[in-house]
Amino acid sequence: MKLVSLSPCTPVSLRACSPVSLPACRLVSIKTMSIHKLSLCDLQEKFTAGEVTAAEIVRAYFLRIGQVETKIKAFVTQAKESASAQAEALDQKLKGWRKTKPLTGMPLAIKDNVCTEGVPTTCSSRMLQNFVPPYDATVVAKLRAQEYILLGKTNLDEFAMGSSTENSAFGPSRNPWNLHCVPGGSSGGSAAAVAADECVAALGSDTGGSIRQPAAFCGVVGLKPTYGRVSRYGLVAFASSLDQIGPITKDVSDAAFLLGAIAGHDPMDSTSADLPVPDYMKVLKKMDLKKLKVGVPMEFFAEGLDQEVEQAVRAAIEELKNLGGEIKEIQLPRTDAAVAVYYVVATAEASSNLARFDGVKFGLRAKETKDLLDLYMKTRQEGFGPEVKRRIMLGTYALSAGYYDAYYGKAQAVRTLICQDFEAAFKDVDLIVTPVTPTPAFKLGEKSEDPLQMYLSDIFTISVNLAGLPAIALPCGFSKAGLPIGLQLIGRAFEEETMLRAAHAYEQSTQWHLKRAMVR
Amino acid sequence: MQVSKQDVEKVAKLARLEVTAAEKEAFAKQLSQILTHVEKLNQYDTKGIEPTSTVMGRVNVFREDVVRPSLPTDKALANAPEREADGFCVPKIIE
Amino acid sequence: MIACVARKKVEMIYEVVVGVEVHAQLRTRSKMFCGCGTTFGLSANSQTCPVCLGLPGTLPVINKAAVEMAVRAGLALNCTIGANNRFARKNYFYPDSPKGYQISQYESPICEHGWIEIAVGDGKKRVRIRRAHLEEDAGKNVHETGTSGSRVDLNRAGTPLLEIVTEPDMRSADEVVAYLKGLRDILMYLEVCDGNMDEGSFRCEPNLSIRPLGQKEFGTKVELKNINSFKFVKDAIEYEIKRQTKVLNEGGKIQQETRLWNLDRGETAVMRSKEEAHDYRYFPDPDLVPLKLDKDWIEGFRGTVPELPAERAARFATEYKLPEYDAGVLTASKGIADYFESCVKLFNQPKTVSNWVMGELTRELNNSGTDVSASPVSPERLVSLLQMVDKGTVSLKVAREIFPEIYASGKTPEQIVQEKGLTQVSDEGALEKIIDEVLAKNPVQVAQFKEGKQQVLGFLVGQVMKASGGKANPGKVNELLKKKLGA
Repeated sequence: MKLVSLSPCTPVSLRACSPVSLPACRLVSIKTMSIHKLSLCDLQEKFTAGEVTAAEIVRAYFLRIGQVETKIKAFVTQAKESASAQAEALDQKLKGWRKTKPLTGMPLAIKDNVCTEGVPTTCSSRMLQNFVPPYDATVVAKLRAQEYILLGKTNLDEFAMGSSTENSAFGPSRNPWNLHCVPGGSSGGSAAAVAADECVAALGSDTGGSIRQPAAFCGVVGLKPTYGRVSRYGLVAFASSLDQIGPITKDVSDAAFLLGAIAGHDPMDSTSADLPVPDYMKVLKKMDLKKLKVGVPMEFFAEGLDQEVEQAVRAAIEELKNLGGEIKEIQLPRTDAAVAVYYVVATAEASSNLARFDGVKFGLRAKETKDLLDLYMKTRQEGFGPEVKRRIMLGTYALSAGYYDAYYGKAQAVRTLICQDFEAAFKDVDLIVTPVTPTPAFKLGEKSEDPLQMYLSDIFTISVNLAGLPAIALPCGFSKAGLPIGLQLIGRAFEEETMLRAAHAYEQSTQWHLKRAMVR
Repeated sequence: MQVSKQDVEKVAKLARLEVTAAEKEAFAKQLSQILTHVEKLNQYDTKGIEPTSTVMGRVNVFREDVVRPSLPTDKALANAPEREADGFCVPKIIE
Repeated sequence: MIACVARKKVEMIYEVVVGVEVHAQLRTRSKMFCGCGTTFGLSANSQTCPVCLGLPGTLPVINKAAVEMAVRAGLALNCTIGANNRFARKNYFYPDSPKGYQISQYESPICEHGWIEIAVGDGKKRVRIRRAHLEEDAGKNVHETGTSGSRVDLNRAGTPLLEIVTEPDMRSADEVVAYLKGLRDILMYLEVCDGNMDEGSFRCEPNLSIRPLGQKEFGTKVELKNINSFKFVKDAIEYEIKRQTKVLNEGGKIQQETRLWNLDRGETAVMRSKEEAHDYRYFPDPDLVPLKLDKDWIEGFRGTVPELPAERAARFATEYKLPEYDAGVLTASKGIADYFESCVKLFNQPKTVSNWVMGELTRELNNSGTDVSASPVSPERLVSLLQMVDKGTVSLKVAREIFPEIYASGKTPEQIVQEKGLTQVSDEGALEKIIDEVLAKNPVQVAQFKEGKQQVLGFLVGQVMKASGGKANPGKVNELLKKKLGA
């Protein structure tokens, strides 16, 4: 399925535990021990070949979760019983004639803002602590149809609002590379789970960088598809015009594989694109970047960018050039405006999207309220955390009478200018390369007191969402402190292939992805 | 933009959020700070620029007028914080 | 045009100014944004799904049929159809609004700048339609007396509505009723709304103000709600005119408010729930993409707009030479008008058909609460009865008497006439025999007639009819009697 090249920094060589060279009695335990280290594509290959059973996979992952989860806290809900039962059933079914689907038996984790029928979906909020959706999100239905196994639902900043998972009502997740650091957010649980080998791959959601930033912080691959590539039906909306679900994986092939599994038109989502889904795995075969024009926006290398990050990204650009890419300096002059536009548009939409959490039909209801108004006010006071409240306030303000034109109207107009910047740039280049974040992962508590500073750290990821473009984050080095650094590739709308091909070529020539976190 | 505590109260009421005295203070300060940053947008000339409210330019997305099965009532009400007979129960509404 | 003339010490004459908002439920099979049905009267919360319950993560998708119906209505109401449409969110908290916002249209409604013509006194008048837009209905809050809480039923949530708003063009309660009847007829003709006011398919909210006659500025507007029949519209407006006139004459001020019509007391009263200053924070719904309606597509619907009541009434008056009254009554309902025309095709005596349709048929339909489309007496059957009268097989009187039976039994007129032996006697021999008997029994009257007392003839005809059990052909009897009496 793909090349597995082993570099010296691979913690455990997978080939070393080849069952052939080992006595039978040790076979199971070693197999179980190493399963969690495999990539999705490798695990899938082994499973299809009958080398491992679904039950062994599930056992291996819950063994791993048992070892590290108390430190990482990636999950809000673990689905051990249902996963085990599902695995047994799959193994039974597959006895004799092994006819598998692309994801049969693959143990995935899903961000807890994607609805799973019968499994709690909390958005890491007190508001939805007991909410059990009566329906599956379209992406979940697709995974289910392909016989995946749900290991659990992962932690996030409440309602996906945040960049560190510190805004989770159930406590923050930790960065597997350094437990004092945040895993990023809002899909911090998913990224941490993948980085700590607690699942083979995960789904996250990205509104302003919520897949890419935690992927960068945790040294894994995160892909935000083009707006409309993946159905949003069943993703609890934060900002409807920006949200996309995407994969968080151990390498680029896995991201391509999982994207292929969840992409496609959905009649339940009016904003989903009615376009055929290309075979993303096929495009990875081409390993050079000849004739590919890669743009480097000067605005992304301005002050505030950490030196180590800049060095790593510059080195990555050099590597893209070595692979045959034609590097061009480009301009995205309205980059400066992105954070301001984002925090008006996203919060305005959020203020309306979160109005349904009112204590009437589902979720939390405050006790002992004197009338309807009191019920609304108290329920929302108790149910939402400070960041969610702050954003609801900001969004409500921006839409309120007398301020609409000055804030919301203005922001939507500047958003058009930002889109135009990208359109102009993509006339000259096929791909844009940038850092994902200004700094590597920061320490817990470091930024949580200053919302504006926290917002400004989203500068490199936000404009991609405003323009609806696809982007991928992948590891491109480490800081001296041993924290991963991410590289972002931005593609043209619905041209995930180009982005994936370049990312894959880069990954295969650098092998950063094989360096794994040692959780301690 | 200076956001006053009165502004915060007004907006909080619109958003149906009860806010404590401390929150009022903090929100006034933080919203002022964020909105001041947002006002940087005024340096961009947007005269004649169409606002973007959805990207990718899709239009005319419809569904056919076909009835699909509804949820069983019990499933529809399963997440209700309070239920009475077949209805969601709320404090008395006076019209 | 002056609806209310109030003469007090000050001799102030007031004029009422009324605009109306109508919420017409579109006759789609499924809801506006999801696949749930739109059946009325089901048990609570049995017609809901994750989308119309507003569950987290769900998304709306526009029902194409609702858009088409709105376009057809817009064309019939002489509106401009907006080529660029957007749905917007109207944000407010209420238990019957499951998402905390209603999907509606704000800046770019689907229909704008229309009008319909209404009859006013002897003349006609245009009521301008400001806009008509698509939106979803709310659920229902059920308040039961004696309980501490209210219950929310979301069966109706998400049902497609066309909200039709007029300019403040009406000047009396009668004009408002004429407008509403005209509008309802049109929507029912188009088959985009069933017009059922009891079930809330056609809801009207007049807003009215009064001002001294001659004054240009409008007075303070009051919105009226909870009105579900044309009679109550008239009563409520007339009550409100009186109330406001009294307030002004006593030196008071009209409060801008919403008032509910109280049917039992025949009064309007201020809504008790606190009205706060609304700030709906409308913004384009990012879950829905714009509608860009192609001009040819819109124009294509023009052909599907049927002949509307006003045009049809005018045609009935000229083509069938019917009195204007008949034409108006017959065309108020598309079904009745179609029925009438089916009959006339088979039996070309329009006035006779009109009398029967407006009289006997309508009476039976009303008594049994049946729609004309389900009438047990088909146009063919009614015509066969009328032909029997025309040929003299039965008398008009007998035909009228047996109509309820034809209606109720489902039998043909011929069957009933035969079973009851009601065939009219026109045979001269048989009639002469009866006449001879009658003349023999009434020598005094015969003598009086011969002395020149013409009126007696009527009495004698009556006696003959009675003796025949009503079956004698009265024309023939008259003729034969005169002959016998040598007149």
